[in-house]
Amino acid sequence: MTALTVEQLSVQLGGRRVIDQLDLQVESGEFLVLLGASGCGKSTLLHTVAGLQAPHSGRVLIDGVDRTWSDPGERNVGMVFQSYALYPTLSVEGNLGFGLRARGVARREVRERVLRVAQLLQLDALLERKPAQLSGGQRQRVAIGRALVREAGLLLLDEPLSNLDAGLRATLRRELKLLHQRLGATMIHVTHDQVEALTLATRLAVMQEGRIRQLGTPEEVYRRPANRFVAGFIGSPAMNFIEGSIARVGASLQFCATGLRIDLPAQLFNAAPPLDGESLVLGLRPEHIRFATAPGVSSAQIAHSGQDAHIGAGKVSLIEPLGSHEVLWLELECGTVAALNHQGQRYNRGELVKLAVDAAAVSLFDATSGERC
Amino acid sequence: MSAQQLMRPSAPRRWYADPARLALLALLVSAALCFLLPLYVMSLTSFKSMEEIRNTSLFALPPQLSFAAWQAAWSSACTGVACEGISAGFWNSVLIVIPSTLIAVGLGALNGYALAFWRLRGAGSLFAVLMIGAFLPIQVMMLPLVRLLAPLHLVGTLTGIIIVHVIFSMPVMTLIFRNYYAALPRELFLAARLDGAGFLYAFLRLMLPMSLPMLAVAAIMQATGVWNDYLLGLVFAGREHLPMTVQLNNLVNTTTGTREYNVDMAATLLTALVPLLIYALAGRWFVRGIAAGSLKA
Repeated sequence: MTALTVEQLSVQLGGRRVIDQLDLQVESGEFLVLLGASGCGKSTLLHTVAGLQAPHSGRVLIDGVDRTWSDPGERNVGMVFQSYALYPTLSVEGNLGFGLRARGVARREVRERVLRVAQLLQLDALLERKPAQLSGGQRQRVAIGRALVREAGLLLLDEPLSNLDAGLRATLRRELKLLHQRLGATMIHVTHDQVEALTLATRLAVMQEGRIRQLGTPEEVYRRPANRFVAGFIGSPAMNFIEGSIARVGASLQFCATGLRIDLPAQLFNAAPPLDGESLVLGLRPEHIRFATAPGVSSAQIAHSGQDAHIGAGKVSLIEPLGSHEVLWLELECGTVAALNHQGQRYNRGELVKLAVDAAAVSLFDATSGERC
Repeated sequence: MSAQQLMRPSAPRRWYADPARLALLALLVSAALCFLLPLYVMSLTSFKSMEEIRNTSLFALPPQLSFAAWQAAWSSACTGVACEGISAGFWNSVLIVIPSTLIAVGLGALNGYALAFWRLRGAGSLFAVLMIGAFLPIQVMMLPLVRLLAPLHLVGTLTGIIIVHVIFSMPVMTLIFRNYYAALPRELFLAARLDGAGFLYAFLRLMLPMSLPMLAVAAIMQATGVWNDYLLGLVFAGREHLPMTVQLNNLVNTTTGTREYNVDMAATLLTALVPLLIYALAGRWFVRGIAAGSLKA
């Protein structure tokens, strides 16, 4: 069943078009994450769905009913705000039950439903406290509880984890995912944190300038980014981009850049393969660069092992240790690339390292449009 | 010099060793004296008999403490033709102040809430017009207001004077509440809207409880302002409901034979007692409200 349909939605704020003819469908039970930099319109989209922002044109359907111009209270959506927006004069119980009381639900039922949600979120010991007496994580749970207590069909989360410190954020991220698995509710989560997006989403929408640039499972978005923007936005360190051109060698295609030749497998391309001599941009994830000098792997092995392509040698210019692995910044003839070293093999600055890439895992983008080929 | 010596904070200077603080203190003390001296003279005079006033210095303590002047001021001094003291004026003022304050503060909060959170069409211009009202002297509006209220038979009634006070308080009341609510996080209001709260529910259950300090400030401002009003009371209250300030003026200006300074002073102090008490009892709230409005969200 479709929980939310957004059709041709445009929103203008102060004369500026913040959302531009956006279409989106969210199925019941999905955990959709809207990911984008600040100002990309992701929060505005959420506010428009909630009815807190009037659209300029387009439609919003919730559970199949046109709600474009409905009052926020009539839409059967729950929302968690970035600042939590807990009512400071009310206790936790008062906060959780506010929406039910505003709708005139009987006192006994309010009490029962508040208790049920409080138990679910382990807030039962805190019911009498005021928001000021709660820790950041507890406040966040109350905010989620307030959205849950109404048993709304659609839960909107507006950067709910961004006000927490890193450790707590990771814990609550897991709790949020467990909660979604347990309740099976439809959730739309807005964030600018790609880790949050990749770990939580069942489907991920990457937004830029009021448009969705790619919509897919986190795996699809990470492995086969639809354009250069998405490719560069997701992944840390970011994807390496190398400018070059296509050369036809017999039946196969080759990507050529200064000092670099990579044989491209035919299944790499979305539609028609590019033409001979067309200029393209190669996208290469740091983890797809391998080191020929790793123990047990000879450079000859890499060069001939199926799809791995030898791309020559790079000079180590910078090493960033990250505990479990390190990021090596390597200078190639065609530019500087980042690569991940998981092997425990030690490299020194200035050292020449022989490299290979997994040719099946690379992405190719049109040099002008930035779209995936 | 060792590191330990460097780390030790310098001993705080005594207040009497700091010339700037001394100067400030001197200024404050002289300002306080300027304001307290008349009060001192008034209090002393009110406890003296006329004989003692004539024979002793202005600053001398009364040889015999006498409450006769206070009694006279309250219940028997002449205010014009009637000689019943200013007690009637006191009760009139109470009857005017209580509804004028409750209605003005309530409406001001509602206006401020509507202007700050409900972005209605024309709200900005309405607010601008209200602000012009706040800066126009009330004397300008006096005659038109009389002409307006006269056909409604509201001039010279308790209802009339209350309506006039509420009208004149609206710009300032609306302004302080609008600014207070504008400083609150807007997400609070949005959360309440999503929770299904309507215009009045969100106001009564959420915004009003959150504005307690501001309500106290507004109530103090309005109550003292209305209590101290003379002109509006004189024009609009009518003979039956003249407030205490008007009665006081009548008492002081009614001269039959000798001028009774002690009764004048006692009546003035009686009239000033209510605002003084309000500030003494609620001053803490006043300061807190002002601080809450300006510094904290």
